[in-house]
Amino acid sequence: MATVEKPREKREVLVKEMSWDPITRIVGSLGIHTEIDFANQQVLKCYSTSMVFRGFDIFMKGIDPRDAHFITSRICGICGDNHCTTSCLNQNMAYGVKPPKLGDYAFNLAETADYMFDHAIFNDCMANVDFCEQMVKETNPSLLAKAEKTPAEHSSIHGYKTIADIMRGLNPFTGDFYLETLNVSRYTREMYCLFGGRHTHPSTIMPGGCSAHITHQTMTDYYVRLMRYFEYVKRTVPMHDDLYDFFLEELPGYDMVGYRDTNLVCWGAFDDPDYVDYDYRNMTEWGRRRFVTPGIAINGELVTTDLVEINLMIRILLGSSYFEGWENEETYVTQDPLGNPVSKDHPWNKTTIPKPQKRDFADKYSWVVSPRIYDKRTDTHVCCDTGGGPFARQWVTAKAGLLDIGYLKATGESLEMHLPKTASMPEMSLTWKVPEKSNAIERDRARSYHQAYSALVGLYNLEKGLEEVRAGRNKSWNSFKVPEEAISVGFHEAARGVLSHHMVIREGKVANYQPYPPTPWNASSRDVHGTPGPYEDAVQNTPIFEENGPENFKGIDIMRAVRSFDPCLPCGVHMYLGQGRVKKVVHTPTGLA
Amino acid sequence: MASVEFVPRQKETEQVTAHVIWMTTGLSCDGDSVAMTSATSPSLEDLITGVIPGMPRVVVHNPVLAYENGQDFMQAWWDAEAGKLDPFVLILEGSVPNEEINGEGHWAAMGTDPETGQPITTNEWLDRLAPKAAAVVAVGTCATYGGIPAMANNPTGAMGLADYLGWDFRSKAGLPIVNIPGCPAQPDNTTETLLYLVLHLGGLAPAPDLDEALRPRWLFERTVRESCNRGGFSEEGLFATEYGADYRCLVKLGCKGPVVKCNVPVRGWQSGIGGCPNVGGICMACTMPGFPDKFMPFMDEDRWGGVASNTERFTMGPMVRYFRRRNIAKKYDVEPEHRTRGRQLQTGYQPRHYAK
Repeated sequence: MATVEKPREKREVLVKEMSWDPITRIVGSLGIHTEIDFANQQVLKCYSTSMVFRGFDIFMKGIDPRDAHFITSRICGICGDNHCTTSCLNQNMAYGVKPPKLGDYAFNLAETADYMFDHAIFNDCMANVDFCEQMVKETNPSLLAKAEKTPAEHSSIHGYKTIADIMRGLNPFTGDFYLETLNVSRYTREMYCLFGGRHTHPSTIMPGGCSAHITHQTMTDYYVRLMRYFEYVKRTVPMHDDLYDFFLEELPGYDMVGYRDTNLVCWGAFDDPDYVDYDYRNMTEWGRRRFVTPGIAINGELVTTDLVEINLMIRILLGSSYFEGWENEETYVTQDPLGNPVSKDHPWNKTTIPKPQKRDFADKYSWVVSPRIYDKRTDTHVCCDTGGGPFARQWVTAKAGLLDIGYLKATGESLEMHLPKTASMPEMSLTWKVPEKSNAIERDRARSYHQAYSALVGLYNLEKGLEEVRAGRNKSWNSFKVPEEAISVGFHEAARGVLSHHMVIREGKVANYQPYPPTPWNASSRDVHGTPGPYEDAVQNTPIFEENGPENFKGIDIMRAVRSFDPCLPCGVHMYLGQGRVKKVVHTPTGLA
Repeated sequence: MASVEFVPRQKETEQVTAHVIWMTTGLSCDGDSVAMTSATSPSLEDLITGVIPGMPRVVVHNPVLAYENGQDFMQAWWDAEAGKLDPFVLILEGSVPNEEINGEGHWAAMGTDPETGQPITTNEWLDRLAPKAAAVVAVGTCATYGGIPAMANNPTGAMGLADYLGWDFRSKAGLPIVNIPGCPAQPDNTTETLLYLVLHLGGLAPAPDLDEALRPRWLFERTVRESCNRGGFSEEGLFATEYGADYRCLVKLGCKGPVVKCNVPVRGWQSGIGGCPNVGGICMACTMPGFPDKFMPFMDEDRWGGVASNTERFTMGPMVRYFRRRNIAKKYDVEPEHRTRGRQLQTGYQPRHYAK
């Protein structure tokens, strides 16, 4: 685009306020409000808002802690099971209970099935509708014309001859790949239900283990569906690679859509029962044994993989959200179980005081607070995102280089995956390399590879679980007592990123319960220091490639930027206002706006 | 084309277009919409492609799967309000907050008012659309009765749809609110009830038979115990003492099944797989108007359930169990004696007349 130096001339710069409210094909309520410079094809400002508040952390005060997983599951209709699991990990720490190995494997089998389901339905029934033929025809007709003539590199694997054929496969409710994925999302949820009972609010995921009655039949039912999924994934990943590479090649600069600096958070997922004891004091060690490695990246550098250190770096800030501060409220925890000091802004010490009020983009405009990572080296609060989940999980795991289960291995710069032979396809190897940039396309691509990653972790845990069942060790739950006093934390990954639950128990009841799902990290509003949240930041960096002008502007590049984070806001986004209100028209030389 | 009709007035009813305005912006988690995508009897595709002869065309406006965004998506809401979509079914997912106590803000909202730039509350939408809807449906326990956001100590004053619109509310087509409880609602319960209503609006089915809590009777008249595959254990006085490997009746571990109206033990969770006590999970009563307050702590035995299970355990149960086991072991688990090798036929076969 920038190869030819244009002569400087006076021209009109048209800045319009555009809003999309609600943003659909996500879970929950999200509004995106922007100022767009149509002369220079840039987004100048972005505000992300959420318009629903329920107050879980308020009405959970005083309840029996054993109810926490049942209640917190209801925070989210797609990551409900992730919440339930996190709450159980949290309670295991509080009660000092370690489930039998089969119980831990059951958690991992349920949660890998959830990722297989969630990434499939979100990729190809929600996010990739933004890349389907119908959409590209409406937003970038000349690109579609190119796609019709561009052969797909991996057509021998996935069967689509051209890129446009792939796009047609993704048309909602008519495309064959869209419809196939809808069915994949069903049998993967059946896999979940084998161990979790129900999706998305499970009935069998408990503190102390899994209450499903696990037999050979349970394992067989899981196995046959898992192998069917492998066959699907072998076609999915190369198909997505062809589609995404086409955008990067045909639209130079597309790697800036949804771009942010690589500031990532990942809490790790899937404990290995050979190592985990759910004791906070040993969390550094067992955290690093997880099948997804925990870690924090700041400016593209992996700064830690230590869950204890990670816990102490978390801060909850206000700024633009409808809440009052808790400076004058009770401090529940001054030291963690290892004696480290705990900040007043840490979730353990947060008190939630809602204050609904008029929306004002210059002041308070969202129900989403602003979690940040405190970097003591620079004394700053860093705004990190989850990359929609898979991007951060794979980035951290690959860089840390700790994971090796044979057919899935982290090398320090990449992940090597080997998929088993399936009904009609031979073995296949995939390599995911750590991308240079954190952007919309790479987040989407990572999600696709994570479908394979999750299936492989599922396979490993299935084989391990089968060893238990075949040896007659089919106990999957251990009893426990609720202590009078405890502080605890559960760290896990929802499909779309970090999920933590912090709890304080006093007199055997919940004194404070603070769930922090991925959405507050990604959809957060401007914090007290004025730092925008990740959606806001990523959209503000987004160049506009859409061929429509301001009159019939769809905002497709913005939609792709936002959806790459796999938004999920039963905890808030919205886009509306049609042709947009003209904010200002100024005269300025091109390029200097 | 031959003029055969597979149902009465098929050509006419298939001309009707029924819109479904599905609001997920109650105080909800969108779990009912997400669960609905896993339904297979009927599936969402079945509904919108019209698989049943005579069914009106169905257009579903739901944010979780919609192609459109923002204003394009909201157009259906404006059209429904303007009377341009007729008939339409209004579905609410999530509980209704009390916006009379919201200061100057909102607890739940959808879309932005073009005049003020402020969000439009969910309650405002309900006030605008409910009087114009042919049928009003509450899906999930939050929308039906209040559910989790309405539990004690909540700051939003949340309630169910019938608490907000009135239990005697009647839609434009004369129907009461239709409640499909469950947390989330069982996927096929949602799509099947929707199909039923659409057929009713097409004149192909009578008004749905609802019980006193406005639930479809054919789905909710049996309790969990009455359809549970562990119910037999309680009849014999056998109760699980730990979660997981012990597959006996779960009431002593907190299962609320005996007093809960729900069909999940019959229908499974999806495609017949999964569920609660049938898999090993305690029933937490998530379909009930008293949920969750009246059932917490979930993992403790209900007091009256304890009395009932102790009675089973120490009176009838052991006797029934003793004689059944004995009959099984001595009689039913043993083959008839005539099945044997040898030169003599021992089956009692007689070629010329029938055995008496």
